[in-house]
Amino acid sequence: MNIVSKLSRRRFLQLTGISASGLVLGGILPAGGSLAGILDRPAGKELNIFVSVTPDGTVEIIAHRSEMGTGIRTGLPQVVADEMEADWHRVKVIQALANTEYGSQNTDGSRSVRDFYTVMRQMGAVAKHMLEQAAADTWDVEISECVARNHAVHHLNSNRHLGFGELAQRAARLETPEPESAVLKSADDFRYIGSSIPIVDLEDITLGKAVYGTDVHLPDMLYASIERSPWLQGKIASYDAAEAKKVKGVLDVVELKAEPGPPGFNPIEGVAVIATNTFSAQRGREKLSINWSESAHSEHNSSDYLDELAGRVKGGPGKVRRERGEVDAALAEAETVVEASYRTPYLAHASMEPPVATARVEGDRCEVWAPTQGPQATQREVARALKLEIENVTVHVTLLGGAFGRKSKPDFSIEAARLAAHVGKPVQVLWTREDDIRHDYFHACSAQYYKAGLDHEGTVTAWLAREAAPPIPATFDPGVTMMSSGGLSQGFANVPFVTPNLRMESHEAPAHVRIGWLRSVYNIPYAFGVGSFVDELAHAAGKDPAEFWLELIGRDRLLDFSDEGFDYSNYGRSLADFPYDTARTKGVLRKLVDSIPWGEILPSGQGWGLSVAHSFLSDVAVASKVEVKDGRLKVLELHGVIDAGRVVNPDRVHAQMEGGMIFGMSLALNGEITFAEGKTGQFNFHNYPIARMDQTPAIIRSHITPSTAAPSGVGEPPTPPVAPSIANAVFAATGKRIRELPLGKHFDV
Amino acid sequence: MKLTINGKTVELDAEPDMPLLWALRDMLGLRGTKYACGMGVCGSCTVHLDGEAVRSCQLTLEGAAEGEITTIEGLSEDGSHPLQVAWREHNVPQCGYCQPGQIMSASALLAANAAPSDTEINNMMAGNLCRCGTYPRIRAAIKSTFANAAAAPEDEQ
Repeated sequence: MNIVSKLSRRRFLQLTGISASGLVLGGILPAGGSLAGILDRPAGKELNIFVSVTPDGTVEIIAHRSEMGTGIRTGLPQVVADEMEADWHRVKVIQALANTEYGSQNTDGSRSVRDFYTVMRQMGAVAKHMLEQAAADTWDVEISECVARNHAVHHLNSNRHLGFGELAQRAARLETPEPESAVLKSADDFRYIGSSIPIVDLEDITLGKAVYGTDVHLPDMLYASIERSPWLQGKIASYDAAEAKKVKGVLDVVELKAEPGPPGFNPIEGVAVIATNTFSAQRGREKLSINWSESAHSEHNSSDYLDELAGRVKGGPGKVRRERGEVDAALAEAETVVEASYRTPYLAHASMEPPVATARVEGDRCEVWAPTQGPQATQREVARALKLEIENVTVHVTLLGGAFGRKSKPDFSIEAARLAAHVGKPVQVLWTREDDIRHDYFHACSAQYYKAGLDHEGTVTAWLAREAAPPIPATFDPGVTMMSSGGLSQGFANVPFVTPNLRMESHEAPAHVRIGWLRSVYNIPYAFGVGSFVDELAHAAGKDPAEFWLELIGRDRLLDFSDEGFDYSNYGRSLADFPYDTARTKGVLRKLVDSIPWGEILPSGQGWGLSVAHSFLSDVAVASKVEVKDGRLKVLELHGVIDAGRVVNPDRVHAQMEGGMIFGMSLALNGEITFAEGKTGQFNFHNYPIARMDQTPAIIRSHITPSTAAPSGVGEPPTPPVAPSIANAVFAATGKRIRELPLGKHFDV
Repeated sequence: MKLTINGKTVELDAEPDMPLLWALRDMLGLRGTKYACGMGVCGSCTVHLDGEAVRSCQLTLEGAAEGEITTIEGLSEDGSHPLQVAWREHNVPQCGYCQPGQIMSASALLAANAAPSDTEINNMMAGNLCRCGTYPRIRAAIKSTFANAAAAPEDEQ
């Protein structure tokens, strides 16, 4: 049970940078401590969210998560508003500053609703209770006679009512009630939860008034553009800035040395050109002449590297990560043995707004404005880089012009802070698109090998899977060369199959680039490998792929991998709170097949394919219809079904499904980053294409499975099943099995 | 440099070969026009030059001075352009960053062709990238501006 307490106005100011008046509530997690302790914050207490009611009746709700396009700045406040009976039209959403007292503000892992849904409801319920108590005190009646409804408290035994604004100051003087008195609404009474409220920034966006990281503008602000080492951990051997300094508007050229140690969140070594405007900074930078030292990664060649990984996974046993039964014996006895190797490339995030940050340093204080998914990491790392007290670093979170995992890393904010400290004026560092693609925290490439046995009825009796992919932790500790259990929990080792004999193995894959997390992370390669191989097995067994999936998943049951040697992460949540229920996985698949003409006879060159994936505690099934004609591949239709438990804002879930499927199609058709001599072969949208409107199918449909289960992830789960569904559709259309992404290497797309 | 932007004449002390994008954003405070690629391949910086959609990252101030510039801030006084209204009705944006450019491209398209076909919409809008994948809703919003008008006579029958 979470508990909620009043906050002082001083604390409100510290957390938001905004003065508050009236009732201010803060939530603390978990229960079990003294409510009175909130102002000096006993150990183990984390503040999550707060609400304030101003005397004019405005309900201010803090958004402590970052808005990168999922609608979370609207979704969580609408939960609070619902429980407290606030009128949405009188709600003002305020973006939180970075502060560890909120608990995690790191907006990734598709977890904002699943981690904060209940907290937000309790916050709203306690606020409502306090307003009802204030009304009861005013009228000198029992609180049981007072009911909050639509921004006012009504007295049941008379016609009296008082608006929230009129009650705000009285409520603010009350003691915070016991958490038990925060009675949550029955779902039947929800006013906003489950309702498609438009996002709060909608109008500003259509007017061009929405403020992203690029749009921050401070008096006397200077602009910087940085030339960075073309390969990982290269150093400046020498440089000449004479020509750069001659460019009109250029004021300074500054060396930014990299910190020793692993890449981590540290800026890449570079030379910054500072100017009075962006254009001059970029033009000056073009005139720099820099020699870079070689590093352990300056010979990295991605094609050779993937060949090496592919050889390793096919070549022999790796470290066993999960095992059930006797795979080798079952393979030896199988009627049919099928094997296949798959590979997927590095990817770049390429959010439309590149990394950008603005910083101002005055004395021992620093202020940063950034489109960051990780406000607290930004605060912490800027403080560390500038040797400041953490509370002297203020981080303002702007809107994010897309992020997809890239903007969890605070490296670009550190650059801005270091330069601002150096020049003594506010500095904005804007990454060019070329910077963004060349110096990303790349999505890992992957090689996988699968081998399965089928009996005479076409039932899978053995499943052997091996993988090798550079692990994310290598970015922080290069000694880590093998996938973690958390990585393997993303659709590789946690396959929900009833197969009596299973074995999953990992091979080493030392990292040569900064590996990061990109929308759905390792689910991308693993869903492609697993989803393609299941389809191959279905065809080998002569069975319908949808029926084959259902048979392979088997009876309804809750999965628990602990007795098979696998430490399943379940995305950091307990299986008790978020069970892995095969009935739900099968449910989305059945609904998908029912919603499309699956099995229809199509013209030559057309085909349907499907796949299903459980990720971020949600289940998504996707079907694609494609046409392959004269070597040209066109996706004609995309259909998806999601079961994400209870849904707060159906329209935004549909939007994530539409966008997440297009994101998946984009990487399936176009997505590839290659390296030669340590450098990317791609650097802008012409050679790292992302899906365009004319590649987007005319028909895109999304279905939400109605559910009262706990809310689970939405932002990432739509993406993983898309690539295998398209590759499977290509097979259905042509008989050609593509085991390597992107498909654009094999067809015109 | 003397430019006409959103119906007003402005004077700038800048290099004539500076792309209009940076003058708009860094010097004139018109930051609704976005940077995303700098090479004219993504459409985020789209503005109108004499009513035609152009990429302001590729248009020099010298070139911009030859006509009248309209940015997202000048498309309508109060956000009432039919496309802005349609964008809101269809809840088009996700992150929203590319949307000013999308709206500027679409408004130039509709000004030249009030009822484009699906293929014409796809072709005209193919130069405007959206990483969030809002394309289905952009299409729907564009089509709603003329589908409603076209439907009206039928309703009267």
